[in-house]
Amino acid sequence: MSSYFHSITLDYEKCTGCTNCIKRCPTEAIRVHGGKAKIIGERCIDCGECIRVCPYNAKIAVTDTLDKLSEFKYKIALPGPTFYAQFKEEKNVENILDAFLNIGFDDVFEVALGEEVVSFMTRHYLSTNKYKKPLISSYCPAVLRLMQIKFPDLLSQVSPFMTPREIAARLAKEDVVKRKGISYKDIGVFAISLCPAKVTEMKQPMGIKTSAVDGVINMSLVYKDILKQLTKNHKKEKGKNLQKATGIGMSWGYVTGEAKALNYGSALAVCGIHNVVSLLEEIERGELKDIDFLEVRACTGGCVGGPLSIQNPFIGRVKLKYLVEKYRSKTPYYQEKEMLDFYQQGRFISTESILPRPVMVLDDNVSKALHKMERLDKITNELPGLDCGACGSPSCRALAEDIIRGLAVETDCIFKLRERVQTLAKEVLDLARKMPPAKGDDPSKEKGR
Amino acid sequence: MYEGRYSMNRPDKESESKPQLKLEFKIGEKDFSVAGDAASKVKKTLQQLGLKPEAVRNIAIIVYEAVMNVIIHANYGQLKVIIVPDKVVVLTEDTGMGIPDIELAMKEGYSTAPLEIREMGFGAGMGLPNIKQCSHKLNIKSQVGVGTVLEAIVYLSSKN
Repeated sequence: MSSYFHSITLDYEKCTGCTNCIKRCPTEAIRVHGGKAKIIGERCIDCGECIRVCPYNAKIAVTDTLDKLSEFKYKIALPGPTFYAQFKEEKNVENILDAFLNIGFDDVFEVALGEEVVSFMTRHYLSTNKYKKPLISSYCPAVLRLMQIKFPDLLSQVSPFMTPREIAARLAKEDVVKRKGISYKDIGVFAISLCPAKVTEMKQPMGIKTSAVDGVINMSLVYKDILKQLTKNHKKEKGKNLQKATGIGMSWGYVTGEAKALNYGSALAVCGIHNVVSLLEEIERGELKDIDFLEVRACTGGCVGGPLSIQNPFIGRVKLKYLVEKYRSKTPYYQEKEMLDFYQQGRFISTESILPRPVMVLDDNVSKALHKMERLDKITNELPGLDCGACGSPSCRALAEDIIRGLAVETDCIFKLRERVQTLAKEVLDLARKMPPAKGDDPSKEKGR
Repeated sequence: MYEGRYSMNRPDKESESKPQLKLEFKIGEKDFSVAGDAASKVKKTLQQLGLKPEAVRNIAIIVYEAVMNVIIHANYGQLKVIIVPDKVVVLTEDTGMGIPDIELAMKEGYSTAPLEIREMGFGAGMGLPNIKQCSHKLNIKSQVGVGTVLEAIVYLSSKN
């Protein structure tokens, strides 16, 4: 693969070249050059912080569109629990799922079912005690990409299981093959998502070779149509009994859900990318060894706080909590025995290892890197230290780094530029005072001669 | 209060091929945030220098634990991290109570931290053993009532 696909891209027309996004990016992946923001592809982890912070909505998430449905004979919608939380009025998940059948899908499968499976398998895995504590959730792709860049040493502590989304997609396809005799490749599974990182994840999966998810669709592309169906269908209709997940799976939609669903040992849940960074730093130092499991989410509030959500994350959480309670005591779709089979067969264990991506390295040679660091320190000390961002880099130190990497020059700093202009102006003034000998005073000769 | 200051010592031209980087931090009394701060700053620098993750992790742990020791047992001190191409030296110096019996202090679980510190969740007697485990060489010089100098070295082979 030549270039790295990113869901998060810039709407060139809307970008005003302000510097809000560069400051907020957890991996310093954005620069403003030529009056427009530029995302450094190899650093971007698709966390969506810039989407949230941009006052001009110039950061957008590219997702698949509904056009892609036509590539498949049998189309399955794969909504996550966070999608249920987007509807203010609707209190029946059954109705939401039914509505998908009226907008071009042939079937629906809930990600929450995959979440129940992962909870079960993780619980069993933890009880083997053959892992380094804490085991880190493999769920949030933005956090995994953050770890590749900033916490490579912790990658070995990531849970070995595939994501619930991936498992749900595989189970959904197998189910249709079995029930309807449709061939595997004719079935398209489309995740309905609030998350740009999951779009990137589908195109360049981590831990597996190729994803069984065939498309990730921005939830707002189906939201209106579903809403229309919901208001229309309020009279009692057949109901296809597509709703299978329990509240346990649904609870993964907000932070603490995954940790509590485990119902095993001690677990810690953290959300918000900057909080995640500081917690992972502690773990990297060897702290928190007494914790069995760590749930980590890039978004505040967990997935209900996804960058593409319509609902306020806190309201979404309340809404989803209501649903979790409502469906809590439902009989699980997958029996314990079935899930134990999944676990023992190892079908849903990641096949590829997640490798570090040392994109921050100054030079592959340590000696050369040390020399560059020396220059970097020197330049940093000469910069004003205001971190104003007017140069287009997120901080003075980041500008110094960009200079070392040949991506910027010192006079990109307006204070440095001002100094230079001052010096020049002084020189110009000095020069202006000088007159050519033919016209000017000749101090060696007497006046008026 | 602390100051994270980067400075560079290159005494003569001959050492052009052997560059050296020094990171210095001041450690004040009961200034608990310095330990984490220093560890994460050192970590960031080491990562940029392209050191292997395991070495970065070990050094970050040494820095954190060594600084915590100064914070807990001394009233003032400083941290220096010296990086040359083949090794990293972590050095803390403090004016504190000193360690009467270094061998005893190296034992896991042995701690002289005051109760209030333990109540904060620190001072479990794992600091020095941890540092030892993470470093290739560890020298401690201490004088009761005067202070302690700790020097931990991590060698950087081509492997780490």
